[in-house]
Amino acid sequence: MNLSPATHDGQALHVVGKPLPRVEAVGKVTGGTLYADDIDLSGLLHCKLLRSHHAHARVLSIDTSSALAVPGVVAVITGQDLPARYGIMPTCEDEVALEHEKVRFVGDPVAAVAAVDEAAALAGCRAIRVEYDPLEAVESIEQALLSPGSEPIHDYAGPANIHRLAALEFGDVEAGFARADHIREDVFFFEGNTHLPMEQHSATAQAANGHVTLWSSTQNPHYVQRILASVLDLPMGHVRVVAAPHGGGFGGKCDPFSHEIVVCKLAMLTGRPVKCTLTREEVFYTHRGRHPVLMWVRTGVDASGRICAMHFRTALDGGAYGSYGPASTLYTGALQTTTYAIPAYRFEGARVFTNKAPCGPKRGHGTPQPRFALEVHLDKIAEEIGLDPVELRRRNYVKPFTRTVNWLRITSCGLEEVTDRVLEASRESRRERRPGHGVGFAVSSYMCGAGLPIYWNKLPHSECVINVGRGGVTLFCGATDIGQGSDSVLATVAAEELGLSPGDIRLVTGDTGLTPVDLGSYSSRVTFMAGNAARMAASRMRELIVAAVAEEEGCAPSEIEVREGKIGRLMFEEAAVLAEERLGTLSSHGSYSPPADIGGRYKGSGVGPSPAYSYSAAVVDLDADHCTGEVHVNKVWLAHDIGRAINELAVRGQVEGGVYMALGEALMEAQVYRDGLHKQPSMLDYKSLTFLEMPEVETILVETVDPEGPYGAKEVGQGPLLPVIPAVVSAVHDALGVWVDEVPVTPEKILKALDARAKGKEGRFGPKSFPDVPYPPLVKVTPPDAAAAAL
Amino acid sequence: MLRLPRFRYLRPQSVAEAADLMAEHGEQAMLVAGGTDLLPKMKRGQMEAEILVGLGHLAELRQLERSDDGGLRIGAGVTLSQIVHDAALARLYPGYVRAAALVSSPALRNAGTIGGNLCVDTRCNFYDQSYEWRMAVGFCMKKDGDICRVAPASKRCRAIASSDTAPAAMALGATVTLVSSAGRREVPVSALYEDDGQFYLAKAADEIIESIQLPAATDWSSSYVKVRRRGSIDFPLAGVAVALKAAGPVIEEGRIVITAVASRPLDVSEAAEPLVGCTLASLLEGQRDELLTGVAASAARPAKPLDNADLHYVWRKQMTRRGVEQAVREAATALLARSA
Repeated sequence: MNLSPATHDGQALHVVGKPLPRVEAVGKVTGGTLYADDIDLSGLLHCKLLRSHHAHARVLSIDTSSALAVPGVVAVITGQDLPARYGIMPTCEDEVALEHEKVRFVGDPVAAVAAVDEAAALAGCRAIRVEYDPLEAVESIEQALLSPGSEPIHDYAGPANIHRLAALEFGDVEAGFARADHIREDVFFFEGNTHLPMEQHSATAQAANGHVTLWSSTQNPHYVQRILASVLDLPMGHVRVVAAPHGGGFGGKCDPFSHEIVVCKLAMLTGRPVKCTLTREEVFYTHRGRHPVLMWVRTGVDASGRICAMHFRTALDGGAYGSYGPASTLYTGALQTTTYAIPAYRFEGARVFTNKAPCGPKRGHGTPQPRFALEVHLDKIAEEIGLDPVELRRRNYVKPFTRTVNWLRITSCGLEEVTDRVLEASRESRRERRPGHGVGFAVSSYMCGAGLPIYWNKLPHSECVINVGRGGVTLFCGATDIGQGSDSVLATVAAEELGLSPGDIRLVTGDTGLTPVDLGSYSSRVTFMAGNAARMAASRMRELIVAAVAEEEGCAPSEIEVREGKIGRLMFEEAAVLAEERLGTLSSHGSYSPPADIGGRYKGSGVGPSPAYSYSAAVVDLDADHCTGEVHVNKVWLAHDIGRAINELAVRGQVEGGVYMALGEALMEAQVYRDGLHKQPSMLDYKSLTFLEMPEVETILVETVDPEGPYGAKEVGQGPLLPVIPAVVSAVHDALGVWVDEVPVTPEKILKALDARAKGKEGRFGPKSFPDVPYPPLVKVTPPDAAAAAL
Repeated sequence: MLRLPRFRYLRPQSVAEAADLMAEHGEQAMLVAGGTDLLPKMKRGQMEAEILVGLGHLAELRQLERSDDGGLRIGAGVTLSQIVHDAALARLYPGYVRAAALVSSPALRNAGTIGGNLCVDTRCNFYDQSYEWRMAVGFCMKKDGDICRVAPASKRCRAIASSDTAPAAMALGATVTLVSSAGRREVPVSALYEDDGQFYLAKAADEIIESIQLPAATDWSSSYVKVRRRGSIDFPLAGVAVALKAAGPVIEEGRIVITAVASRPLDVSEAAEPLVGCTLASLLEGQRDELLTGVAASAARPAKPLDNADLHYVWRKQMTRRGVEQAVREAATALLARSA
């Protein structure tokens, strides 16, 4: 393939853009990498959590005396030992590490046992006697919205079990509908699903001299450090959180978790290191995955297919706790506008509590559900007004360097290019017609990092320090490689600036005790933000060394070439010695804060703004069997506007991973409950694709070179998942002529839609109505005027 | 992670010694060959055994030999992978080999044995869960409780027969040889199963399957269709084994066995009677579609899937019918190819 010329701002690029193996790859494929559960410390104790067997119940008493008598048990703690409330969002601190007043889902932790081995810890847990007073459990969105029979799941929520409400209007929506030539309404449902990382969560803590160190498979060591300090009542500087090498997060390791807090507390109490590794079943309960979302959307278009107004309603099933819920709710309404120029837009969202494992952020956080609804809805509009669905979309595409109706700043935008390229690549397949064969198309957009931190502060979002000395080049950054390749990005950026290879850069990352802050591996922010911080630090280091060499050579710094391990005529190491002789310790730093003007200034405007947006387009080719309802995906084409690929190989890997996860969500993954319990908390029974279901993926990278991304780079970790799900639904419709307006698209749903059509009804499967939600009065926001809308 | 509970592992030197050990230790002991079913279930507390009597190492259980009547005697310790990779076997008994090839994943077929697969535990998604999960929902009669969770009015356990090779062996008219300290007996594979998800094996706990005998398959062909969500790993949601006999162009005899839609494999061969006298060609060229639909409907009639497995039970019943049609076509295709 031929990506854009290997230059940036007139400078030739030597490392950036090359398809190099990732820096940590050898350890991972040879088994050398030590993951969180591999940590073994002298005197280590093992911890197990006792979890609630009730979906909703008052805790009347907890008797731990028999547990302490179990041989091997060293300590037992309950909620009384850890009473402090916390939550990842300052607006809903509704969790405690161990519940001692009320449990809210099957799997809610109530006590913890530390013992000499896991078997003793488990025996200790089983010896604990908990007396419960069961309460009526809430299992669905509809049920949550009713006035609760016994008592609400949380005291602070309401009315009923509503956690969060949002109602925003940008521009005059009624006037927009009034001038529309065609108006359509649809209802959709997206079932919840979970992250399914290969690695279960694991945390090990050590405490000494009033300090605590936690090694954990976390995506966000900084936020975990902050919450540990608060819950354990320690100064932040006495808490060190190290993100261990990661076996996958996908958003499931973004919250501070009970087991992380508990091992710290037990280490402090016993003076011995304590480890807790969750079982696969416990990972399903820990969850924080994709929210089940009901959606209603109404759109008016003019005769040419241009959108006049859109009204989008969502109701999210949040599960038992707040987690990132306020953000998740707003995300179901925020990014509809980053692909389509919607002149008047109304969003009403609600998140309810239910007695199920808490939902939170999963790859695409709150946006795959509305993206599925929006794209399928547009397909239906196109069909109704007799316009090609691609053309309908093109007529509404946002333009680069504009501002959306909800004040999001769009900079580089490759929507047209990804559309052209994906259609071109899949052209032959789209020509092929046979019974049951279908092709679907959809587009999407995602953020390159959230514009605001999770708790209010004015500090940089990402910071980086580079030291050069006789120990070589060491880069310190809080960024956490969760398998997305962020370590490789940092090493590549530093190597590019210093004329070295990525393998020459020693990395110290994801350690709050050793590295300057990075907010974490969430919201697709690391390449953009930590990449920019690393680039700033490395270019400053380059300036220091080049200046010393130029002075030695008696020439201008601009005459000194930096490449292939040399600074001018000197080897890098010689140049570094020269610079250190003149300047002393060689240390440089860089940091990144998003620009201030990337979003609006209304309540709720904190969700959606990002310094840049990636764009993706997908074509899905499949065969669907009208007798069995089974779907076989033949191929997926995915074109992605990456801005610039820092490492082409890693980018392609992320695209393929995103497609894999999307197909699982589209076709089979579902976190479903029965009798108040998770129905299938195991990797055998929770279905995700095997190799046999995974089709060929043709990845097409489009480089728009973003003006603010490092070397023009944008995100790829989350965006490519988004268009695949609606493209599957669209392809099934193309194949069989029926709409499945509910994800996942299972064989039985397809057969029901076909059956409905055979009986003369609408050939559709999906929710019939949207519930009555007591949305608050609309907050009316004036959209940017013409001057502000064109950047 | 889930840990394996402690147990004693006994390593007998012969099948006879294994049988003696089973008799000696009674209910404390269980047999283990590949361990692919037993060990995960011990981790989840579904099966508890203080003693495991190992069979996997016994060479006498790994023999594969022609019997005098032209059939085949396969030692119970032969792995599923060995069956799958035996080309001669695939020509003679395509349905049986296909069934073996569709069990779980390659890694598990390398460990799992054909004797073990005949004895694979019945499955139910109220039962195939951890101890804590089962406690939370309430234990069921198959383990630790006294009611059937999927059918609370049922007097017996409704767990699902989940062996792929059992129906295929039954369709071939296969037998098994059972050895215990009291002696040896040979019974049809069909006589190995009870209509009860809890006590699903009609053999004594100390009886060891020594071998399976497949009768001569001259003029027969066979097939197996497995319905499940994914192309690998999953247990059957419905399974259909068919064997057809035709020396020439006309079907002379047919057998159909369905599984995973009841607590034991169901021999529904009476449903195949209308096939007798049909030409293979007419069946395959679509001239007898109505007849085939009728055969499938009557074959699937005893299927009673319940809401205790993946996907919807109505869909599983529909797929059973379709599986019968597909399996009959596949067996007929093989016979026609042979006659040509």
